[in-house]
Amino acid sequence: MTATAVSGQAPDLREPKGWRSTKNRIMTVLMVTSFVLVIIPLGFVLFTVIAKGASIISWQFLTGSPIPPNVLPAGIGGMWPAILGTIEITALATVMAVPLGILGAIYLNEYGGKGWLAALIGFMSDVMTGVPSIVMGLFIFSIWVLHFGYSGLAGAFALGCLMLPVVIRSSYEMLRLVPDSLREGAYALGATKARVTVTVVLPAAIGGIVSGSLLAVARAAGETAPLLFTILTVTEANTNVFSGANTSLPSQIFSNASQPYTGAQDRGWGAALTLIVICFVLMIVARFVTARFTRYSR
Amino acid sequence: MEQPEQNVVTQTEPQTELPRAAALQDTRPSDVPDSPGASVFDAKNVSCYYGSFRAVTDVSLTIYQNEITAFIGPSGCGKTTVLRTLNRMNDLIPGAHVEGDVHYRGESLYAKDVSPIAVRRRIGMVFQKPNPFPKSIYDNVAYGPRINGQRNKGELDEIVEKSLRGAALWDEVKDRLKNSGLSLSGGQAQRLCIARTLAVEPDVVLMDEPCSALDPIATGAIEDLMREIKQRYTIVIVTHNMQQATRVSDRTAFYSVLRNEESDTRTGVLVEYGRTQQIFGDPQDTRTQAYVTGRMG
Repeated sequence: MTATAVSGQAPDLREPKGWRSTKNRIMTVLMVTSFVLVIIPLGFVLFTVIAKGASIISWQFLTGSPIPPNVLPAGIGGMWPAILGTIEITALATVMAVPLGILGAIYLNEYGGKGWLAALIGFMSDVMTGVPSIVMGLFIFSIWVLHFGYSGLAGAFALGCLMLPVVIRSSYEMLRLVPDSLREGAYALGATKARVTVTVVLPAAIGGIVSGSLLAVARAAGETAPLLFTILTVTEANTNVFSGANTSLPSQIFSNASQPYTGAQDRGWGAALTLIVICFVLMIVARFVTARFTRYSR
Repeated sequence: MEQPEQNVVTQTEPQTELPRAAALQDTRPSDVPDSPGASVFDAKNVSCYYGSFRAVTDVSLTIYQNEITAFIGPSGCGKTTVLRTLNRMNDLIPGAHVEGDVHYRGESLYAKDVSPIAVRRRIGMVFQKPNPFPKSIYDNVAYGPRINGQRNKGELDEIVEKSLRGAALWDEVKDRLKNSGLSLSGGQAQRLCIARTLAVEPDVVLMDEPCSALDPIATGAIEDLMREIKQRYTIVIVTHNMQQATRVSDRTAFYSVLRNEESDTRTGVLVEYGRTQQIFGDPQDTRTQAYVTGRMG
């Protein structure tokens, strides 16, 4: 190419013929295809749940109680006990797991350093991520439910144990992204370590921490297996999350959808749509909260 | 040893009565007296280590009040390391430690009962890369006073305005104090960081290549600023730019790298320290001469 310039001819600025543009085209097609492939199951799930569940949703379905026996048609009773149970148990699990998880992540990233304790905690938290949710349910069943009976609290313990490693890991990654130059800037003004962490590091990472935590919450809200052993599944609303058997949307989806009765199946679809909407609302809230917290980061 | 009242002198009334300041008022580099006033830092045989690696060997120098002292030298010669030992920023790096004596206004900086927090409240630092917090411009400047317990809104407003004026940034940002500190340009962000440092009314301002990321106009603004604030503060600046050292500094310390052929290690040494005019005009050491004339480094 340089030879042509030296020899005085006009430089050839056209795209060189050959592989490059073909490769570009192939990769573009591959990427679009995989995107479409990923979207198809999501689209089908949403479409089916909305198609089958939307007609079931009504004010009475959302607020009525108790959940009728499986043999009865969908027009009777309502899903309120399950909605209430899901909100109670998930909220309690969040209150237990999120602060603990964020504090754990702060320890790992800000205080633990390269010490053996931090390494051990980080390793155990990663192992905990890999524990199947039903095993977590069995664990709580054996150490809590066998002694104190079924309750929303036991379910919250199980969900909290599932959320904890996710919150730790996502918060840790967010804290790691905070540049050391910010910490140094605060130290250079005579701030203590605790103050640097609380007033500079946490605010800088809070957007990611909040959205990571809400993702963990939404994930836990949809868990069925750990609740089977811990809250039982009842049909009456239980406003006391700390004692007595409870119920939740995933548990009701499980018990209703596995019935031969059309009324029960319809209720299952309705409950599924309700759960999706609850998680969706959580996601939207997460977006708003993140945007609110990070308004100075741009 | 501690005289905080010296730091609260306002621009409108320079306290010429102060004995230490009086001798040094408005001194251009060529006017620096040979026997200056109070010494702020006294370093004796200071060596800095990162783990077992000795980054700097045997540095001894004295830094004087109300002067600008420049550290120059090639990359890797330990200028920044020495600067960071002066306010114990190196404590934050795992494995870093210091041997020898560093005295700040007569007190040993590395004595057991000295709190690095208290040290850094008196000895502020401006970094190479502007590092405004992801907070509003106002909150950036108010950060230091707030951690020192200042909660009064009116007082804070006053400190913020005074500090931003002191850093020659007030006119550019006074209408958007609520905007993010990250929305500023590089030069503005660096002046914001200077304002943030001035807001805690430190005794000394350490600057680690504060202009290396800035264009000549922003650099000029910050150099003007340094000349102005040295009447109230003592400034130590690390710079790669020799013209900058000659423009702003009263004294210059030239560092160089010493290679140990046997163990194949490098360590920084202080080659020559003196008045800027002398270092650049009449260097005593051949290495200094080679560096300042541009033949090396």
